[in-house]
Order: sequence, then structure tokens, then C-alpha cells
Amino acid sequence: MSVELSIKDPGREQKLFVGRAITLFALVVILFAILVARMLTLQIVEHETYQLRADNNRTQIQTLAPSRGMIYDRNGRLLADNQTSFSLAIVAERVEDIESLLSAIVEILSLNTQQLERIREELAKRSRPDSAVVILEALSEKQVALLAVNRHRLPGIEVVSRLIRSYPMGAIAAHAVGSVRRLTKEDLATIEPVQYSGSQFIGKRGVEAFYEKNLHGKVGYQKVETDAYGRVRRVLDVQGAQSGQNLTLHLDSKLQAASVDALDGRRGAIVALDPATGGVLAMVSQPSYDPNLFVSGMSSSQFSELSSSIYLPLFNRAVNGQYAPGSTFKPIVGLAGISSATTDWDETIEDKGWFKLPGQDRVYRDWSWTKDNSGGQGQVNLNRAIYRSSNVYFYDLASRMEVDTLLGFASQFGFGRNLALDIPQASSGLLPTPEWKRNVKNQPWYPGDSVNLGIGQGDLLATPLQMATVAATIANRGRVVRPKMLLSSDNAISEMNSVEEPPQIVGLSEEDWESMVDSMEDVVHRGGKGFRGNGTAWAYIGQKIGYRMAGKSGTAQVVEINQGEVYDEEALTEFRRKHAWFIAFAPVDNPTIAVAVLVENGGGGSSVAAPVARAVIDAHLSQEIASIR
Amino acid sequence: MSQDFQRSLPGHSGGSASSWYARIHVDPILLLLITGVVLFGLVILSSAVDGNDALLDAQIRRMGMAYAALIIAAQLPPAIYLRWAPFLYVVGLVLLILVLLVGVKVKGSQRWIDIPGLFRFQPSELMKIAVPMAVAWYLQQRVLPPSFKHTMFSLLIIGVPAFLIGVEPDLGTSILVTGAGVAVLLLAGLSWRWIFGAFALIAAAAPLLWQFVLKDYQRQRILTLFDPESDPLGAGWNIIQSTTAIGSGGVFGKGLYQGSQSYLDFLPEARTDFIVAVVGEELGFVGVAFLLTLYLLIIARGLFLASQAGSTFGRLVAGALVMTFFIYLFVNIAMVSGILPVVGVPLPLVSYGGTSAITLMAGFGIIMSMRTHKAW
Repeated sequence: MSVELSIKDPGREQKLFVGRAITLFALVVILFAILVARMLTLQIVEHETYQLRADNNRTQIQTLAPSRGMIYDRNGRLLADNQTSFSLAIVAERVEDIESLLSAIVEILSLNTQQLERIREELAKRSRPDSAVVILEALSEKQVALLAVNRHRLPGIEVVSRLIRSYPMGAIAAHAVGSVRRLTKEDLATIEPVQYSGSQFIGKRGVEAFYEKNLHGKVGYQKVETDAYGRVRRVLDVQGAQSGQNLTLHLDSKLQAASVDALDGRRGAIVALDPATGGVLAMVSQPSYDPNLFVSGMSSSQFSELSSSIYLPLFNRAVNGQYAPGSTFKPIVGLAGISSATTDWDETIEDKGWFKLPGQDRVYRDWSWTKDNSGGQGQVNLNRAIYRSSNVYFYDLASRMEVDTLLGFASQFGFGRNLALDIPQASSGLLPTPEWKRNVKNQPWYPGDSVNLGIGQGDLLATPLQMATVAATIANRGRVVRPKMLLSSDNAISEMNSVEEPPQIVGLSEEDWESMVDSMEDVVHRGGKGFRGNGTAWAYIGQKIGYRMAGKSGTAQVVEINQGEVYDEEALTEFRRKHAWFIAFAPVDNPTIAVAVLVENGGGGSSVAAPVARAVIDAHLSQEIASIR
Repeated sequence: MSQDFQRSLPGHSGGSASSWYARIHVDPILLLLITGVVLFGLVILSSAVDGNDALLDAQIRRMGMAYAALIIAAQLPPAIYLRWAPFLYVVGLVLLILVLLVGVKVKGSQRWIDIPGLFRFQPSELMKIAVPMAVAWYLQQRVLPPSFKHTMFSLLIIGVPAFLIGVEPDLGTSILVTGAGVAVLLLAGLSWRWIFGAFALIAAAAPLLWQFVLKDYQRQRILTLFDPESDPLGAGWNIIQSTTAIGSGGVFGKGLYQGSQSYLDFLPEARTDFIVAVVGEELGFVGVAFLLTLYLLIIARGLFLASQAGSTFGRLVAGALVMTFFIYLFVNIAMVSGILPVVGVPLPLVSYGGTSAITLMAGFGIIMSMRTHKAW
């Protein structure tokens, strides 16, 4: 060991060391004092701040979304229920390479770039580390299976489940039941945001919209202790959610499906009512849409296809489609004539195939007028005018009546009004009055307007729902019923309790009603008597029929046909062709169903719409027989 | 305070031959204080492991090994340490270079040497003892206080391993190794003028260090210290959660096993580097103050023992090891309570993990050896 003995002084070195050790110890004490001061600041001076922060870390108030009430048909079949839906969540912190994970997910689930973009947006929204972020909703079973199989390739992902709305009948009952949509910012203005804090959807159409308050239920809360990963460790306090009410509708899902089949893909609408209650047994509007797409989310191309289609699948023709009722309005005109004593059941007029107002040149023709057949229908009374659908008879009758008398009588059937109890969005059609014409068209009421009104043309408009109400009212021999969707609910719904039924239609005897019902029965059943002797619909639906049915066809003009012009049906484009109507009820003596059928641009009411009505009533009655067995 | 310990010491030159602790070269007071911290640590760890009792068992076994290391280190006479100091240092340097060449990467940092089938260890851990010993070995041959030349050479002895450890990267250990070496220089009587001069130089060079030496993530850590809320989910998370844990503990704490911050995993690294936050949360200011008091007593007793060592080498080594212990706990507690940037330094004798505990206890053994063996 080489030591520089000459200068080294152990004693001095120890003194030096002790001095330095004391100095350093003093420094240590100062630094300890800093630590103690820091601890005092944190634990005593600012204790409350940090206490609050720790509690906020620890406890969370979670909303418990109520489960939405179910909707059943009259036989207890589900029209809307809640189903488990799987979503894909990701914990970004557990992922080493987020980009390669995302591309693996895109590859496995075959996603498009738009969906990938949405995933990135969701990921950017996360609020705390190590928490699961839902990046993809409504996974199909196949997708869940694919994710499970490829689990090893996807660290940090989770598949989570929750309840979402489901419509088992899909497009078949879409316009009747309605659908829910994703809550939007605009919705927040109309609802109580607190109640929807746990919800993602809100009823936007049909029954789902009208009974939203009852179906939604009440939100619940729970105070939970969560860990840093957002997982609930302990529930500290619960105030449970209150499920929405279950609703049962008058709707008969089998009849609904049969009605869709009866339309056979044509554009149009069917409304079937229970004449006794006004309950809607079937409500069809074609084309339709799959309401489940609004729940699971659809691609932008799917949505633009739905919303911009010229065939308007989102449009509910049954309650919002407004069409001239055409000849289906004739029973109303006839009954108006009887009740105002303008005519009686015996009065007969000569139908030469055309009609002229006194002192005017304009010729109003019968539907049966062609160049080959210009003879008209001959002698017609009200009964024959109904089953032959004589235009000339009703031109004449309407022209002889005060217009206000006719309009006042018609309005009792619900024309120009929305009689429906729980279909607020239903259109009220148009019952054109002289006052309306002055205000809107700035024209006086011409006698010709009354003539046109006599055959349900001109400005008169009605929805299929309104025409079904007309059929039900005649079936009830004058007792008007208000259409409604709801049959029953778990608890009484206040809006449905204090409903005043509209009054009985005035001015007609029981015999008058029976005579009109008989005339409409002839429309269907009077046959084998030659062209001028048969009911207009007999050839199409009056044969091989096991029950008695009353009906009235209508063929409504879409475009004005100029005088004397014979139109070529083929030459008119699809959208200019006439609408086919048929209203009917059965069995005649004890009606259990009243139907209105509209086939848009379908052509003749008897040939096109009547068979649809027959098919619907067939389906309804055979069900009844089955239920008796 | 040191007066009390002096009075309690049986004899000036290492105690009477008949006392058991003198025969095994152990200082009973220091051992008692250390054991107090170890037991306190195990109690806190029993909370921090959150039901994972296997980890607690492993820690108890490691502490057993650490006590064995202390006893063994105490038996070796100072002459052996003096003789082996340069070799230990050279072997350590070689191993540090090997680590960078063939080491095993764990969590992005190349710190380990793996001897397949046997064990893996961190050579940087060895340097916590080897560097102060090498500097002390070098200086004990010179006249003290050290001249400029000798100071510069000492800084070279410190700087080479500190640099090698820094590039692994392991900033925490690099700081500890530097601290241990510089402590030797300070205890050896380095001129105050130079010390203040060095401080001034570092302060002047700080912008350059910031710009060219510190890595992005290190700069981020320092920035986070001043404003943790600027990145609450990233770099700021640890600081926010640890200060929240400590602050929410209040005077008496939430009670052992009752800390929501640690139990609900808000507190990161709760059983390793951030364990003092568990102390603060569950035992409150009282618990932290108790632990700090034990630490302060250990340092006081350690420095006293060092000053009583029989040689310059012994005093310097023992004093430097005590200061290393201090740097450990100060850096750790300061970082967890948010007054220093986050660097990976465990809380001595308390944090879960074996290597540092064994090194620390071996260090205490060396301190005792320097004091209890007869002057030489």
C-alpha cells in the first residue's frame, strides 16, 4: 500500500471528516424538513382538496337505463322487444401497437374506412386511462364468433353486451309499430335530459313515439366504487330504474303479415279496423323499411337509399297518404241525399252516360263511357247507382244538394279531421269548403265543384285510415268509432281514459243504413246478371265466397283528363295512373272487420284493390273460425 | 442526537469482547433502527400487495437474505474491502459494458445480465458500493482535502460508470452512483469554493443539458412536475394520483388496508416506487413522520459510526454509503410527493423488490465492519 506518509495526518483527516459529516447531516436535516413541510402541505393544509379528489376518483354516479316496455299484438306476439346486443370495446393502454390492432380488427370484421374513422373518433373521446371504450356497436353473432376465434391476435379488446330495441316483424309492421332512433342533440330540447341520461334511443315514429313517455320508464341511479380501470368494485347505493310499461295493441300480427302478402309488393296501404272498438287490426304501408336498421345503425348508403327513394319507403301511406277517395265517397253522398231528403231510395234517374249542369256546356262522363259504349247505365236508383257505381246519378244528386249540407254530413265520418286517438301524426285529409276554396285558391265555389265532389274527386282528399273509418262507420250503421292502436297497458294510461266517442250520425233511419249496406253488399255479391246487372266487384271477388261482405270500389284520378279525351292507360307513366281504392266490411250482419285498401297507381278499384281487400278479410275471418274451434 | 448514541455505546473502540454483538461485528442500535424500518415496510407492503400474499412471502425471504448479506459484510475486515476495492470497481465496469453489449432488455431498458439457468442480476447495483469504495480507495492514498487533480480523477472514477448506467437507461441508479461517489469527495474535505463553483457551473449548463442531454421523456417528466394537469392521463397521472393518495390521508390516515387510491389501483407502482404514498394514505402524516424519523435516526447513527471508523478509507466508505441511503429515500419521497421529477428509485428497505434491499443491507454491514473491527 503506497501511502504519502510525509504529509498525511490521520488526526486532521478525522477532524475534517467529522466536520464534513456534521455539515452534511445539517443538510440532511434541512432536506428532511422540506419533505416534512411538503407532507404537511399535502396532508393537513390541502387535505380537503385531496380528500375530495380521492372520493371523486373512487365513487361514480352511474345512471341505470330503464328497460323499455315491450309492445305485443292482440294475441301476445311480440312486436317490439329488447335484445342483447354485443359491442366491441378496447382498452388502449393494454394495447402495445394500436395501429396494428385496428388493422387486425378491420381485417377480421371486414370494416370499411368510414367505420375505421368512427372507431378513431370514439377512441379519442376516452376520459381516463385503462378504461374500456366502445368502438363498434351491434356486432352480429358471426362477428362475435370471429372476434372470439381471433382473440389471441387482439390483446386489449373486450366484447360487452347491452339491451337494444328489436322488432321481430321487421319491415312488415314498421309503419304500424313505428321505431326508435338514436337520441340526437335536437331531441334533448324536447325531453327531460336527466330521464334519458342512460338511454341511447327515443321513440320517433308510430306507437313508439306516441307512447314514448309510458314505454321509456324511469331512470335509476347507482353510486358505485370503481377502480382506476373503470370497473365497478362495489355498489354503494342503488335507486333502481323503473321499467317502461308493456303495451298490447289491437294489431293482429298474422293479419298484418297477410295484408302485406295481399299487396304483393305493390305500392299502397291497407288499414283494417275492428268496427266495434275502432282498434287497428292491421296497418300496412308499402314499400316499407326495416326499423331494426335504425337501432343497429346503418351505412350512409343504406340511409340515403331509404330517404331518397322515389317510392318513399319511410312514408306512412296508411295515415299520411292523402288521395282523392273517388267512388268510395259515393255511399256518403247517397246517405247525405237521403238524410237531407234530396232523394229517396225509390227515385230513379236516366243515366245516358253523361251529365251536364243546366245552362253549361261542360260534359261530365260516366266511368263506363267509351267511344264504343256511350249508352250509359240506363235507369238508376240509389241502390243501383251504388252497385253499378253510376257517376251520372251522383253528379245529379250532388248538384241538387246544398254544398254545405253535403260537407256537413261528410265531416261526421271524419273527413277533414284526424279522428285517431293515438296516431297524432295522421293527416286529416281535405274536405274542401267554399270558404277554403276562397282562402286558398282565391276562387268562388262553382256548381261544377259540387258535381266533382259527388264522385269523390276535385279537391277532396282522404287517407286510407280515414276511409277505413268510413267503412267501420257504415258497418256500425252510423256509429262512428275513433281509430286507436292501444288495446291495453300494464297500468291505465290517462290520455286514453277520458275519451269522448263521436256521436251517432244523424238523420238516417235503421232502414236507410240497411239499404246502404245492402247496396254495398250488391257491389260484391250481385252477379250473373250481365255487365249492367252485376256489382262492379262481383267478377273479381264475388264468387266462391263463404261469407257476406259489403264493399265499394273507387278509382281515383291522379291527373285531370281533358274533356272527351280517351286516355290510354299504357301511355300514362307509372305515377300518373289512377289509384285503386276499395273499402269493405264483413260479415255484413255482424261486422268484425272494416278495411280500406289503396293501391297507388294501381288502376281499377274493383279489379285491383277489391281482391286485396277480399284477401285481408279472408285472412281475418278464417282466423276467427280457427279461434272458435 | 449523536450524543445519545455515543452514551449508549458500551465502549469507544468497538465494545467489550464479551458482548455478543461485538463478537459478530454488529452495531445493535443501527440494527434495531433498520429492523424498525424493515418491519414497518413489511406491514405497509402487506397492504400494498392487495391480497397477493405470495409477494409478501417473497419479500420476507428477500429480507432474510438481506440480513444475511449485512452479517456477512460486517464480518469482513476493512482491510479486505480496501484490497478488493479497485478489483470490484474494474469488474463492475466490465460487467456494465457487457450489459450494454449482451444484456437483457426489460421494459425498454437494458439493465440485466442473464446467466442462463442460474440467475440474472444488475451490475449497476454492484456499483452503488463499488464506486464509493473506489473513490475512497483512491483518495485515502492522497493528502486530504483532495487537490484539483485528484478531484478530477475521482470524478472520472465516478463519471464512467454513471455514464454507462445512464445510457442503459437507468437514470435513478445513475444518480445514486454519482451521489455515492460525490459524497466521498464531500466527506474527504472537497473545498467549498469548488463545490459552489460546480453548482454554479451546473446551473449555467442547465439549458445546454436540457437541450442536448435530456431525452424527450425526461424533459416531459420535469415539465409534468410543474404542471401535472397538463397531461393528466399520461405523464401527470402518477403525480396526480400519488399526491391525491398522500393528501387524502390527512393527519391519521384512512387506516391500514383502507386506502382507496391504492386498493382501487389509482396509485401506480403502489408496492414498489410509490409505496410511500400508501403510507401517507393509510397511516397519514403520523405514519410518514414516524418513517422519516426512523430514517433520520439511521442516518445520524450511520454518520456517527462512520466518524468512529478506524481509517480514512473506512470513514469515507461508511459515510458515503449512509449518504447513498439518504439520497435513495430523499429522491423517492420527493418524487412521490411531487417535488422532484419521477425517476426510478425505490424507497429503501420498504419498496417491494430484492436487489436494492440486499445492496443496502450489505452497505450497512460494511458500515458496521468499518466501525467494529479493530483499528488497522
